Amino acid sequence: MAKYFHEHEETMSLDEMRALQSVRLVETVQHVYKNVPYYRDLMDKKGVAPGDIKSIDDLSKLPFISKDDLRDAYPYGMLAVPLEDCVRIQSTSGTTGRRVVAFYTQGDVDLWDECCARAIVAAGGTNKDVVHVSYGYGLFTGGPGLNGGSHKVGSLTLPMSSGNTERQIQFMVDLESTILCCTPSYAAFLAETIHETGQRGDIKLKAGIFGAEAWSEEMRRHIEQRLGIKAYDIYGLTEISGPGVSFECEEQTGMHVNEDHFIPEIINPVTGEVLPDGEKGELVFTSISKKAFPLLRYRTRDICVLSRKECSCGRTLIKMAKPMGRSDDMLIIRGVNVFPSQIETVLINCGFEANYQLIVDRVNYSDTLEVRVEITPEMFSDKVRKMEGLDNEVEGKLKSMLGIQANVTLVAPKSITRSEGKAVRVIDNRGGKL
Amino acid sequence: MAIDQLSVFVENRPGKLVEVVEAIGAAGVDLRALSIADTADFGVLRVIVDNPDKALRTLTEAGYVVKINQVLPVSIDDTPGALGKALRVLSDAGVDVEYLYAFVAHGENKAFVIVRVEDNDKAEAALTKSGIAIATDREIYKM
Repeated sequence: MAKYFHEHEETMSLDEMRALQSVRLVETVQHVYKNVPYYRDLMDKKGVAPGDIKSIDDLSKLPFISKDDLRDAYPYGMLAVPLEDCVRIQSTSGTTGRRVVAFYTQGDVDLWDECCARAIVAAGGTNKDVVHVSYGYGLFTGGPGLNGGSHKVGSLTLPMSSGNTERQIQFMVDLESTILCCTPSYAAFLAETIHETGQRGDIKLKAGIFGAEAWSEEMRRHIEQRLGIKAYDIYGLTEISGPGVSFECEEQTGMHVNEDHFIPEIINPVTGEVLPDGEKGELVFTSISKKAFPLLRYRTRDICVLSRKECSCGRTLIKMAKPMGRSDDMLIIRGVNVFPSQIETVLINCGFEANYQLIVDRVNYSDTLEVRVEITPEMFSDKVRKMEGLDNEVEGKLKSMLGIQANVTLVAPKSITRSEGKAVRVIDNRGGKL
Repeated sequence: MAIDQLSVFVENRPGKLVEVVEAIGAAGVDLRALSIADTADFGVLRVIVDNPDKALRTLTEAGYVVKINQVLPVSIDDTPGALGKALRVLSDAGVDVEYLYAFVAHGENKAFVIVRVEDNDKAEAALTKSGIAIATDREIYKM
């Protein structure tokens, strides 16, 4: 069984990698300067000419771009090739504002698919596997990305898309799916359903590749235990390509960035200063292989850490820690930064499953946070004192984790709507309230 | 002798309690006694029914979180001071009462107190020794 999809790129020395990155960076900068007026303006304003970028050491001379730039440039402003060279678009969900549309040439699609293939092989996938893709297909990159990656590996690909859980499980049983690809919240829901219907013994899954949502280590262990699989994290964003920008190996200690295509940097989000490996800050990506929609120094708003620590899997690709959450997911409650994944950690440690919802509101000029969480049959007691004790325990642990008071509401099992794609974890009712 | 009590988790939202009670009724199970403990968010409905197993099956299938546990049906005279006497016995015996609820039997000059304690045997021994009777499940179910 092949251990790597692209052994050369995945295991090359740092010097080789930097040489490759330098060549591709110089080419990309010239390409966008020549073809994208928006970039030309940004670079001219910053006083940087394409000739100033001679190697990866000059990366920090380039201007940043943000999601706002992409919105300003919507739809064609960032396109770097003639439209007739493009074969595909994908789009963000647009929940945080105007949609972003990303364009791909056939080469860009192939490159993206290969990045996903690396992730599948890292999860133990071969052409003998049955890859069950339950990410949404369509504008969302999850389905198309893993679908393409699975094709590159030569696995039998089940383009399930999301939804229709009963049919998902039927196919999983009948066609003996071995690798499940979906959001972690949907994996948890599938696991719950498989247990309830007593089909745990009928499924052949060995691995799962879960991403597109922030999820905790506790949730990983829960899913692994419930489905009897190894669960691998995968990371990506539409602006940079889609899933497969980085992926986990069997060590499960962070995701290897496909840095031969996407150069990561960590910056201080306030000053823009580049931080050394190991320091926490905002993740920034520069795509150096893509043609249609290459982004220079794109600020992801994800907060995380990079590490060059040697990995037992043999890959030399730099690793990024699981982001604490996209800053789009981050809530600011009474001035405190709160990531839903922190709350999930507390809940799972208290014996709950990851069926919860956060409701943020503003009452009398002050923010309130309600955590609605489903009780499990095991924790139910006829003694109200015991139930309230549980409630208080969670509130106490949330208080010490977050530093703010949350009101925990215990609700009945199955009363929180299950998601088939990205879970709707947060309902923010503060809009416009003083 | 201790008897079965069903507890059901009920969210504190309009229409939730009635759903549970209707489900029990639709199964042809008769309620004998009932109490609700409530907090701001949820309630715990506790019921004594004539067919606990059937009620458990029905409610579990309907997706409710239900538990069965043992409670003591203490039989006392329906006269002033009778409940106090029974509780004094338990208190003197060092038995903590978690909660209780009572109902009067029609036709008879009797009341039943459903008592939830940690140690049913200890409570039963103390009460019987003081001449206070514990009802049987048959007595309660046929009421």
